[in-house]
Amino acid sequence: MNPIKTFHKGGVHPEENKLSANLPIQDFPMPKQIIVPLGQCLGAPADCIVNKGDRVLTGQLIGTAKGFISANVHSPATGTVAKVDVVMDHTGYYKPAVFIDREEQDEWAEGILVTDKLLTDIKLDSKQIIDKVKECGIVGMGGATFPTHVKLMVPEGKKAEYVIINAAECEPYLTCDFRLLLEKTQEFLVGVKILMKAVNTDKGIIGIEANKMEAIELLDKTINEHKDLYAGIEVQPLKTKYPQGGEKQIIKAITGREVPSGKLPIETGCVVVNVASTYAVYEAVQKNKPLIERIVTVTGKSVKNPGNFRVRFGTPADLLIEAAGGLPEDITDVINGGPMMGKSVSVTNFPCIKGTSGILLMTLREAQDRRQTNCIRCGRCAMACPMGLQPFLLHKVAKQNDFDETEKNHVMDCIECGSCEFTCPANIPLLDYIRYGKAKTGAIIKARNQK
Amino acid sequence: MSNTLLISLAVLGILGGVLAVVLYFVAQKFKVEENPLIDEAEACLPGANCGGCGFAGCRALAEACVKQAAEKGNIDGLACPGTDMNKVAAVLGLTAGTFEPKIAVVRCNGSCQNSPSKVHYEGADICAFANTLYAGEGGCSKGCLGLGDCVKKCNFDALHIDKETGLPVVDPDKCVGCGVCARTCPRGIIEVRPRGKKDRRVYVCCSNTDKGALVIKNCSVGCIGCQKCLKECPFEAIEMRGNLAYIDPAKCKACGKCAKVCPRGSIHAINFPAPKPEVPALQGAEPAVKPQPKPEAQPVETKTEVKPENTVTA
Repeated sequence: MNPIKTFHKGGVHPEENKLSANLPIQDFPMPKQIIVPLGQCLGAPADCIVNKGDRVLTGQLIGTAKGFISANVHSPATGTVAKVDVVMDHTGYYKPAVFIDREEQDEWAEGILVTDKLLTDIKLDSKQIIDKVKECGIVGMGGATFPTHVKLMVPEGKKAEYVIINAAECEPYLTCDFRLLLEKTQEFLVGVKILMKAVNTDKGIIGIEANKMEAIELLDKTINEHKDLYAGIEVQPLKTKYPQGGEKQIIKAITGREVPSGKLPIETGCVVVNVASTYAVYEAVQKNKPLIERIVTVTGKSVKNPGNFRVRFGTPADLLIEAAGGLPEDITDVINGGPMMGKSVSVTNFPCIKGTSGILLMTLREAQDRRQTNCIRCGRCAMACPMGLQPFLLHKVAKQNDFDETEKNHVMDCIECGSCEFTCPANIPLLDYIRYGKAKTGAIIKARNQK
Repeated sequence: MSNTLLISLAVLGILGGVLAVVLYFVAQKFKVEENPLIDEAEACLPGANCGGCGFAGCRALAEACVKQAAEKGNIDGLACPGTDMNKVAAVLGLTAGTFEPKIAVVRCNGSCQNSPSKVHYEGADICAFANTLYAGEGGCSKGCLGLGDCVKKCNFDALHIDKETGLPVVDPDKCVGCGVCARTCPRGIIEVRPRGKKDRRVYVCCSNTDKGALVIKNCSVGCIGCQKCLKECPFEAIEMRGNLAYIDPAKCKACGKCAKVCPRGSIHAINFPAPKPEVPALQGAEPAVKPQPKPEAQPVETKTEVKPENTVTA
């Protein structure tokens, strides 16, 4: 096993609470009607290409990507399109979606290989792989949902040296990536090989936090057993520290390189891909299966039966909560994602999409807003910031709507990890104001660049 | 000692004198001729530099007025929302262009009673931030978030959040119609409309362009786009914007017929005489946004209810 590495600037260590780590993935039964939102990725929502009354097959394309940063959407089930309308997403806003009345049996669309057999032979070349990833609508499934094919297209003049697989899963509570690593180890490793072939490199590094020793040992063992198959793949244990799984942090921890301010990770010769996305790439390239399902962790301290569910997109989240034992009485917050970066939801019946990594039910004790007091200039937020920013200052200038000053203080480098707010002894909602400042400053910069 | 003192005084005195002469000549040479009228015109303006006129500040407007008066002999199209432009015109020796006094109206009546909270928001009290985060406590994605960005921006102390309803209320005495609030609102709920004759105005108190079924889910007084008002209006002043009725203030003659037919009570007729002619009291101006009688009151009643304490004398 390689020695443990970490990033050094800032970071916090919240309670891990990986309650569902030992629970195997269960297939979640689909409801009668599924609601597939057309905007499932960062960037523009897809254009709907089906009409009311059409019969769609599982894996059939129903929405085509619109613009460069956008991803295709496929039907997660076989059935009839009931309507193309709007549905409330987790924020409470109405977004366009396709409603599908499901038939009992899955009938797969043409060309999709339905098999559980491991396929290790990679037949496609680099360009074909990227096209396949694009076609299958694969996005970053850690939560940010950035289209994966855009990441894999290395710009001219740049060279990808490493493929880094982000298996840190530094968010407390979440265990979906960990379970996938344990249960689909070989498929995952083939996925890494495919990614390495896609960007023409022979180095693949899997970064895992050291609190997941089981996965580290299993991966090490598998790689050693099949040395010829998985040549060039290395497992790198990382210190258990939040936000180890931040793209910039994991690059720094593994390669020692720092992504320059305002630049993309490719500047350091790294392409970082999430575990679930890697597995999705395997399924897409080897089996031609588009992205229509993912693992969702449903968890929380007072949840009766926490679990890891394999969920087809479009399944309403409240069914998952029900399956986990219903909404306990002491719950005040339902969070889409992990406790650090996830966002509270307005409605619980939002459909699960590509970025839904977890549904976390927080108890009143955990989620209660404590009384906010004045900043005492202790500097803890600045110590905790993994990007080396000064959250107290950004909070102040954002509050004053001084967006020149926020820009000067690099608000755009903020990765919104929430470490500052986590450490603040005065309970100031630092991140809220920084996000506000970041959104406003980003808009100003964009308008300036357009001139 | 005294020598040192005298020498210093003398040197500094001479230096001062020489520099004064230099400065005098420099000031003469680089003098900027400025029309004294600009100062006089500026004195007529409120001096809040709110930007409501479309210029960078009061002085910029004054400069524009003087310039246009010199070039075209009028000040048409230049207007400070907070001042009687006739004063400025008088200073410049002209008659003012047509200037219509305006007022901000809040086009949302989704109070805590009409659109009950489904979730509780804890976070930064900035509408612009909350807008990116979620639809709103009541669930309406086009409704007022009630965190008061408009209140913070108002230069004239004319906006306040009503504690009972959670909605901003415009003080008609203080509002000058500069439009800073309208530009601030992340959802574009506030609109600057003409005050109307006798301060009577009719507007749709809703900004939700969604389909009626979605509106009904979240709000008991939202416009559902039934178009009854459209058919009722004798002046064709009402148009549909998505599923939302919009009353064009330029065409509206403030007859108030539309308000009577609206099944949702979304159309507010302000400062109209009460239905019973023997009571001369007027309906409250902006506070009409408040569901005054009781939470579950019929929205139509809300508009026609007589509330003397809200009477506006302006």
